[in-house]
Amino acid sequence: MNAPLHLWLIPLLPFAGFLLNGILGGRLPRWLVSAIGLLAPLASFGLVLNASRSITGFWANMPLPVAEHLPFYWINVGTLHVDFTLVLDQLSLVMLLVITGVGFLIHLYSVGYMHDDPSYARYFSYLNLFLFFMTTLVLAGNILLMFVGWEGVGLASYLLIGFWFQKRSAADAGKKAFIVNRIGDFGFLIGIFLLLGNFGTLTFSEIAAKLATNPAWTGGILTVICLCLLTGATGKSAQLPLYVWLPDAMEGPTPVSALIHAATMVTAGVYMICRTHFLFDHSPLALGTVAIVGAATAFFAAVMGLAQNDIKRVLAYSTISQLGYMFLACGVAAYSAAIFHLMTHAFFKGLLFLAAGSVIHAMGGEQDMRKMGGLRKKLPITFWTMTAAVFAICGIFPFAGFFSKDAILYAAFLHDAFGKALWFVGFVTALLTAIYMFRLWYMTFFGETRSHDAHPHEAPVSMLIPQIILGALSVCGGWIGIERFSVYLAPVTGARIGTSAFPHLELILSIAAVLIALEGWLIADKYYRRKPERPAQIVAAMPGVCSLVANRFYVDELYGAVFVKPLLAFSRYVLGWVVDTGILGGAAWLLGGTASLGGAILQRWQSGNLRSYAAWLAAGAAALLLFALIPMLLSSHGINLHWTGF
Amino acid sequence: MNVYDPIILTLILLVPLAGAALVAFLPDRAKLPNWIALFTSLVTFAFTLHLPAHFISGQPGFQFEVNRPWIENPAIAYHVGVDSLSLWLVVLTGLLAPVGVLASWNVIQSRRKVFYSLFLVQQTAMFGVFISLDLMLYYGFWELSLAPMAVLIAMYGRKNGPRAALKFFLFTFIPSAPLLVAILWLYSRTGSFDFTTLQVLLAHGSFPSGAIFWVSLAFLFAFAVKVPVFPLHGWLGDTFAEAPVAMAMVVAGKMGLYSMLRFHVGLFPAQARYVAPVMIALGVIGILYGAGLALVQRDFWRLLAFGALSHFSLVILAIYGLTVTGWNGAVYQILSLGVVEGAIFVLLGALESRYGTSEIAAYGGMAARLPHTATYFVIATLTMIGLPLLGNFIGEFIILSTTFTEVSRGWAIAAAVSVILSASYMLWLVQRLFYGPESALAERPAPDLRFGELAALTPLAVLMLAMGVAPNLWLNSIQSGVHPLEVKDFAHEHPTVLILPSIVLNHSTRGARR
Repeated sequence: MNAPLHLWLIPLLPFAGFLLNGILGGRLPRWLVSAIGLLAPLASFGLVLNASRSITGFWANMPLPVAEHLPFYWINVGTLHVDFTLVLDQLSLVMLLVITGVGFLIHLYSVGYMHDDPSYARYFSYLNLFLFFMTTLVLAGNILLMFVGWEGVGLASYLLIGFWFQKRSAADAGKKAFIVNRIGDFGFLIGIFLLLGNFGTLTFSEIAAKLATNPAWTGGILTVICLCLLTGATGKSAQLPLYVWLPDAMEGPTPVSALIHAATMVTAGVYMICRTHFLFDHSPLALGTVAIVGAATAFFAAVMGLAQNDIKRVLAYSTISQLGYMFLACGVAAYSAAIFHLMTHAFFKGLLFLAAGSVIHAMGGEQDMRKMGGLRKKLPITFWTMTAAVFAICGIFPFAGFFSKDAILYAAFLHDAFGKALWFVGFVTALLTAIYMFRLWYMTFFGETRSHDAHPHEAPVSMLIPQIILGALSVCGGWIGIERFSVYLAPVTGARIGTSAFPHLELILSIAAVLIALEGWLIADKYYRRKPERPAQIVAAMPGVCSLVANRFYVDELYGAVFVKPLLAFSRYVLGWVVDTGILGGAAWLLGGTASLGGAILQRWQSGNLRSYAAWLAAGAAALLLFALIPMLLSSHGINLHWTGF
Repeated sequence: MNVYDPIILTLILLVPLAGAALVAFLPDRAKLPNWIALFTSLVTFAFTLHLPAHFISGQPGFQFEVNRPWIENPAIAYHVGVDSLSLWLVVLTGLLAPVGVLASWNVIQSRRKVFYSLFLVQQTAMFGVFISLDLMLYYGFWELSLAPMAVLIAMYGRKNGPRAALKFFLFTFIPSAPLLVAILWLYSRTGSFDFTTLQVLLAHGSFPSGAIFWVSLAFLFAFAVKVPVFPLHGWLGDTFAEAPVAMAMVVAGKMGLYSMLRFHVGLFPAQARYVAPVMIALGVIGILYGAGLALVQRDFWRLLAFGALSHFSLVILAIYGLTVTGWNGAVYQILSLGVVEGAIFVLLGALESRYGTSEIAAYGGMAARLPHTATYFVIATLTMIGLPLLGNFIGEFIILSTTFTEVSRGWAIAAAVSVILSASYMLWLVQRLFYGPESALAERPAPDLRFGELAALTPLAVLMLAMGVAPNLWLNSIQSGVHPLEVKDFAHEHPTVLILPSIVLNHSTRGARR
């Protein structure tokens, strides 16, 4: 029996939560705010679970995809018809499970973390607003509705990064995130226009159907479309060259970093490429670009992650790097591997942020790892959950990250000769990942406590439960295996995971990946536990390189000097002074000169301002009438003025 | 056919005038002028709502039409009516009137009788511009709309009122002269001021093409200054900075843009096609120029003025793209801009009246002190920068996508850069006004939004959301009158097929009768 799934309630329940807490929240007791804020995602999660019975074929044989049409169009004008259709298929189901599941856990965590904040209700209303837009993005049946969610999560991100808006850096970071994302969205919009122009529709299924009837159509305009969409994806998913907003986004509350800037929103670009893979499949050039962007970002961000001292910034660069892996997977058309890594990454990276939040909470707001240390004994649960996450992200068997990262590297290796190079970059990045993650692990939990002001204490239960659940998922979230996962996603993304003719290749690559991660652990162990004086010596030996890395290659400064400042200077001096005041103002002054002279005479003649203007009006009207009557009088006597010159 | 249908437009014109007379004759005591103006504008607004309620979608031609001879020679008629183009503009004008009164409630303290009576006269003039179908009548209302504005700018200007008033006056009154000449020339050739008659005659009659071109240019010039179109925007910044909030929010944009659609593209389609490339270029330049200058303004009224220039230029692009879908998007965008700019004017006016300055740098960290102001301002900002599910996105998307697919990819891409720039200058403004550490100004005690301001802003905010979620509530009636229509009469002159909407060409029904 096909019971209706009520897909539309999945986004709308959080939206109701947003409205309730946003409008009434300030006047409600705190427990009620929490209840509204938690029930909305929980109910959505329940609906998603209800929908997920299609996985098992348990008591319903419900073939996916399921589409729910709302009975009215959104935009219906001319040739433009956009509806509110929501589509559930295997891909969106996996995404929804992650978003509402992890989302609920992070909401729960926030109850403890934000407990003392005076803007508690505002916080929960924004968080619910985010879930509304994120679920809309995932369920959208056409690309414009996806764009609604896309821009909307950007809004939620803007509001939450700048949540403590009285901090200038937080307000700056929120604005920066929105504007950098807008640059990407500009590309996305152009891509949408191109789709509209070339396919006449924005519905995913119709575009896919049109492409399917024309398999020979590759490259050309499809490449342009894909590159435009990729621009959007690099903005949202913080890839080169638009990644600069994500490290600054750490100004937001830590649970926000966990939910939006690690587990869900930043993966929207990966989801978008997978959702439109039928376009990318027709453009090898665009796919290659995706792979290169992903690999380059993965490596570059990992290098920058090595030299950060702020615990959240290390995690931010790590997120950029891991998103690079997902792009790399998309670029070799291993979409299921990308989504697999997206899912496990949501578990372990969400957990890393929650654990980091727990540490920051314990340290009384301190985020500098140089002032931490020795927290293993004082925060045992946080320590063990974080350990699980660190092992997972480093790809150590049998933690979740091992399976997904392995699937990506294997797919890259099989791709072609160019894929071997991608594999190598990914392989080296795995080493760097292990180094910076174990560095964080050692600096935070081992050695001596380096700060004596704080009195660390374990977090409350509401913060620990999500950590424990995510910890369990970080351990066993990958056990489902890429084969089963690919088979499940195959109806959407196509079965693209190939197998090698060479036996045991996958096993060999896996062992190599684990070994390189262990090597990274050993390096971190040497420099940050056994010989903690060594990093300082290295910095002293190579000051140039180290300060370059520590200052993140001066990319922010470069963008400021190349784009922002010239634009402002051009606007102020060329447009403002030269054109607007000088040329246009001067021309207006010349043209109006005679008239204002007359005005001045009138003004001297009359005493009051108002009367002078009234006189002006009358005189002007009379003059005009006279002027206008001349041609009319002439023409009534049969004389026509000559209108030449055209 | 409702019994009020034949008189409703006349009522809409007369009620504000009656209110103005009442304000002028009753004493200025205990906010009596305010209350009369509020009551009058609310009643007028209620009357304007009669129009969409009884408008028959899909029926070509004008509705609620009245056509009575007024002066025999020259043949000026009292000819008014609305169609799908002007319908919602009349309602928008009606809506913004009470908003303007509420925004002026505590701001205008001196000479309230003058202010409110002129304000109401201006209302009548604007309604007249939107519903007049006789060119001479239209011209009368057009001029009438300028005078009260100039006087009020001079009287209530905050720093440099008389100078700004003179600038406004010169910029808007002088271009009206060629417009009047052009109207009279048309009359001398056709013996008619009637819009529908002229439309048919111009489409079928033979006129010296050079002369018609200059006549159409005179129309265009007057409208382009009024919008304003780059490079004729010199008056906008001063007017925004000096005019009373209630007046400034109605002066720019919609009258000029409407007039372009109705009287330039509508009367002179072939000539409009000829100048379209220039207008498209000016539109895109205006979009980027306005946005670029908005980035570097130090005064929030001037920032708003350049932002408005940028947004109006997008509508110019839509109008002179000469596509039916683009026109629908243009009308929708005019409506949406009217709502959101109204809200922003009220909010910035509230700030200025509380703290006495419009210098952005003086503000900072106001959000904690004025949470309601900040919330509404952020909502209006998000609408302004075209966030999906809020009003402006619909118009922007329709215009940009239509321009891209049907007019010119290059211009559309250049215009789309504004999505980055508008987010930049508006969010930067929000940040400088409301976020960051509290400035010295924020420590001065000032009340958050008053009841009257909330009463004006809340419906506007709801409208922004409604216009973004369910645009077809408006688009259906806007586009109902727009049908692609082949006009063969131009074939000898312009071999390409012109597509004219019935919003501009109603000769199938109206022309036959006359």
